[in-house]
Amino acid sequence: MLLKFISPFLLAAMLAPAFAKEAAPAAADPVAEARLMELSSELRCLVCQNQTIADSNAELAVDLRNEIREKIQTGMSDAEIKDFMVARYGDFVLYRPPVKGTTLALWVGPFLLLAVGGGILFFNLRRRRQRDAEPELSRDDQALADSLLQTDTTKETR
Amino acid sequence: MKARYLIPLAIFVAMLAFLGVGLKLDPREVPSPLIDKPAPAFRLQTLDSPSRVMTPEDMRGQVWLLNVWASWCGGCREEHPVLVELAKSRAVPIYGLDYKDQPGDARRWLADFGNPYTAIVSDPDGRAGIEYGVYGVPETFVIDKAGVIRYKQIGPITPKALQDTILPLVRKLNAA
Repeated sequence: MLLKFISPFLLAAMLAPAFAKEAAPAAADPVAEARLMELSSELRCLVCQNQTIADSNAELAVDLRNEIREKIQTGMSDAEIKDFMVARYGDFVLYRPPVKGTTLALWVGPFLLLAVGGGILFFNLRRRRQRDAEPELSRDDQALADSLLQTDTTKETR
Repeated sequence: MKARYLIPLAIFVAMLAFLGVGLKLDPREVPSPLIDKPAPAFRLQTLDSPSRVMTPEDMRGQVWLLNVWASWCGGCREEHPVLVELAKSRAVPIYGLDYKDQPGDARRWLADFGNPYTAIVSDPDGRAGIEYGVYGVPETFVIDKAGVIRYKQIGPITPKALQDTILPLVRKLNAA
């Protein structure tokens, strides 16, 4: 949930320089161009895999931007365009992959690891607290230890 | 109590195993969603004569390879001898998709290195490539008699990939 709130800002922050550089080809329709940028910044470029299609200057990314621009002009919805991309390149193109069987580990994994780590931490802390709460020596043990030490010192001094 | 001291070692070994597997994985090999889907349609001019147009329908009824290549592509050069050998063996017809290439360059390239292709279509603007989810040449699709994509090789076909994967699949599909 938190991720969902943060990620647009994070993405925007990361892409800000790219947007600045990417002086959109003077298009007739600024609204369509804005949609193109928004869409293509959520799609992964398969040539430079850590860049979005909006970001990348790889030839394929340029081609795909043109393809998306055309699709916008023919009146396709964002969802339809994403489906078009996924049908050809797979879920991998989506920077926000859908939750389904094959991506379950991706979505649940981190929380699972967090739970396991938290569990280990919790049990360790609890054990430590129990150990600290116990007196270091029981009264009887203390008496025994004292007497032993006493006999020891008497031996020494003798 | 002794076993406790083995835990860091166990974690280390597990990490080593994960990293080792990770090293072997190629992030460029993205599984294609087109496997077991009908080969996307195209209508493209052949490299030899622009007046002749081909579609995947023309290959219906046979098992064929669609090899996406370009004269500017280094991996294609590496793969080419394997394709030439394969063409000689007549095990399976190879159709070429000349991806974002200049026809003149492509013809010269084939004249220099040999032409393993039964036919080649030109995809100068890469539109057919997008339909096939091509993101790096060379890529090769194994397409069955019904026109369904059964396998995609990303990157050059190595002799090993040919012997272990592609040829057995072709034999199986031909028998079907």
